[in-house]
Amino acid sequence: MKSLKIAALAAGVVALAAPAFADLVFPSMSYRTGPYAAGGIPYADGYQDYMTLINERDGGLGGEKLKVVECETGYNTQKGVECYESTKGQGALLYQPLSTGITYQLIPKVQSDQIPVLTMGYGRTSAANGAVFEYIFNFPANYWAGASGIVNHLLDINGGDIKGKSIALVYHNSAYGKEPIRTLEELSKKHGFTLTTLPVDHPGQEQKSQWLQIRRERPDYVLMWGWGVMNSVAIQEAANINFPMENFIGIWWSGSENDVRPAGAAANGYKAATFHNVGSDYPIFDDLKTYVFDKGLTAGAGDQVGTAIYNRGLYAAMMAVEGARKAQELAGHANITPQEMRDGLENLEITEALMDSLGMPNFGPSFKVSCGNHGGSGDVGIQQWDAASDTWKLISDFAPVDLEVIQPLIDADSAAYAAEAGITPRSCN
Amino acid sequence: MSADFLYAIEVLLNGLMAGVMYSLVALGFVLIFKASGVFNYAQGVMALFAALTLVGIMNGEVPFSHLINAMFGTQVHDFGWHVPALAAIGLTAVVMVFFAILVEKLILKHLIGQEPIILFMATIGLAYFMEGFGDMMWGADIKPLDVGLPKGGSIWIEENTAWLGGEGQRFFGFFIDKLDMSATLVAAILVIALTLFSQYTATGRALRAVADDHQAALSVGISLRAIWVITWSIAGFVALVAGIMWGSKSGVQFSLAFIALKALPVLMLGGFTSIPGAIVGGLIIGMGEKLFEFLAGPLIGGATENWFAYVLALIFLVFRPQGLFGERIIERV
Repeated sequence: MKSLKIAALAAGVVALAAPAFADLVFPSMSYRTGPYAAGGIPYADGYQDYMTLINERDGGLGGEKLKVVECETGYNTQKGVECYESTKGQGALLYQPLSTGITYQLIPKVQSDQIPVLTMGYGRTSAANGAVFEYIFNFPANYWAGASGIVNHLLDINGGDIKGKSIALVYHNSAYGKEPIRTLEELSKKHGFTLTTLPVDHPGQEQKSQWLQIRRERPDYVLMWGWGVMNSVAIQEAANINFPMENFIGIWWSGSENDVRPAGAAANGYKAATFHNVGSDYPIFDDLKTYVFDKGLTAGAGDQVGTAIYNRGLYAAMMAVEGARKAQELAGHANITPQEMRDGLENLEITEALMDSLGMPNFGPSFKVSCGNHGGSGDVGIQQWDAASDTWKLISDFAPVDLEVIQPLIDADSAAYAAEAGITPRSCN
Repeated sequence: MSADFLYAIEVLLNGLMAGVMYSLVALGFVLIFKASGVFNYAQGVMALFAALTLVGIMNGEVPFSHLINAMFGTQVHDFGWHVPALAAIGLTAVVMVFFAILVEKLILKHLIGQEPIILFMATIGLAYFMEGFGDMMWGADIKPLDVGLPKGGSIWIEENTAWLGGEGQRFFGFFIDKLDMSATLVAAILVIALTLFSQYTATGRALRAVADDHQAALSVGISLRAIWVITWSIAGFVALVAGIMWGSKSGVQFSLAFIALKALPVLMLGGFTSIPGAIVGGLIIGMGEKLFEFLAGPLIGGATENWFAYVLALIFLVFRPQGLFGERIIERV
């Protein structure tokens, strides 16, 4: 009898301690403080504003309110893991860590906790292989797609032939910065260009040596995989040596207003790869004004609307919401679980018609996610900085990348991870 | 002359000027260490805070506007005026003096007689506080800074040295950054002014007396607290100059606080107590790291500068533990 009472008491305590999952919870792992806050703030604002819009305009999703639980990581891997541990018990449906370092730490954890992670344009590239990485998604584009997209752009502007051209890669001397090297090496063999790699140590405030080398060797094009202060210094140094800005192309993390504005007019013509559109000339921004900004519900100071990274945050939130919508549809109920959210993401199809209906026509590429392909199409566009109007302009369509080169790399890397982690890839047939 | 030789000279010249930029940061450390024996961990953040304040004043930004707007639902961002660069520099210098007074009153005064490590810890706390305070006061966005300093490579030097390579050589003339030249000039003026101040003014002599022996200086009536305020004010001004130079290059952003990392090997090499040491140390580090990157970088994968600067400093330390110009301290039991 006594043990029965204890068991009943324990059950009661457990029931009381268990969180009540009334909302659809989307943790926002943000960094509003520290040296990278200038990039973290607009992303977090965009993410939260979109979720607020869905709550205010549509009353939530399927009748369930969306709840953003923001946790400050300071772009610090350890703090990011702490954020994950402290929020996962609140019914978290999807994590977007906004840091490659945090992503790498979370991969084994979320695989065992069965909570999906979406890393748009960062993280582990080979996570595109959904057979190995069941809970990791990195659509619509990854670093290797970015490298290929930039090379495709060079092919476009050179009439399809870049044989004999020289390309220098200026990169952050870290795992992130080294990501495109393998792909670029493969592409250099395929297209016959020469590749020079120039590492820049963190944080990248001093790059004179690298730019003197570029001045000496005069490559036809310079690509950049930078972050934070490294970007603005590189663009200033390129301007200093009179390197033609239209031949200087960064990855999307080197393509925000923060990167080009310090160099002023000298940054005019600089390009960057992107997987989403720029500016605020979309119907959704009218809705944001009506339902979010004018109601005083803006996240942050409201001064980041329409910037490159704000749009990325907005786009990331849109993906989360559409994944959840699909999950509700598949599950047949609104209050979905993380596993059901995974199913929703895995069956996500972003079409132009859908983007139109969301008030975001041509905001990003059309693509389809599947069990085996967690990376989407990988389509990449190119944006260019117009210093006079202080705006980015998309100068190309979101075009397909070279999967012939990228897919074998994804397969090899994910197979190596599976072997290392003792994972048997699931069947996606 | 061969192009490779000429490029080595170009790298050397640019290294010297990069070294001047490091020296500007190191100077602030030396001034405070000399006067109070405190290794001021907050020196890099002081440069950031000074530069943030300068841009804020120039652009007429409302301090704490994010906080004000969040608390009162207002939409204030700026006063709608633009302050000329020189006036803004003057006003920022006043802010840095005010900051020095606050540091003395709120921190240093209470730590008189404590171990140097305690004072060092206090400056760590100060650094993190100032970083957050600066963020709250001026926002975390990256702010372009233009005080009218020339930027870009000097076309004149490039055109007038291109002939050195001769026929058939792929030499394009020397590249010298005009901003680096300005920094060199400013650093030279700063060092001359500091030297004149410390040699020929009563306050300067008092500073030197405190630097030599606190107790003896106190015994002849020199106010240690006043000297600390003056020292931190000067270090604040030096931080402002460093902030302007580095901020003009990259925009004023929070990673400016990291420039302190570039000053450490300079201090190890030049000594913590010598103003000429900070300059010469900066030149040696700048020149050494750039030449090493030029010569050895391509062979070992590049990105050698950060670690090589410390290797260079360590080599000097082995032979002169007090640094090139530091005071040799021998304590006998």
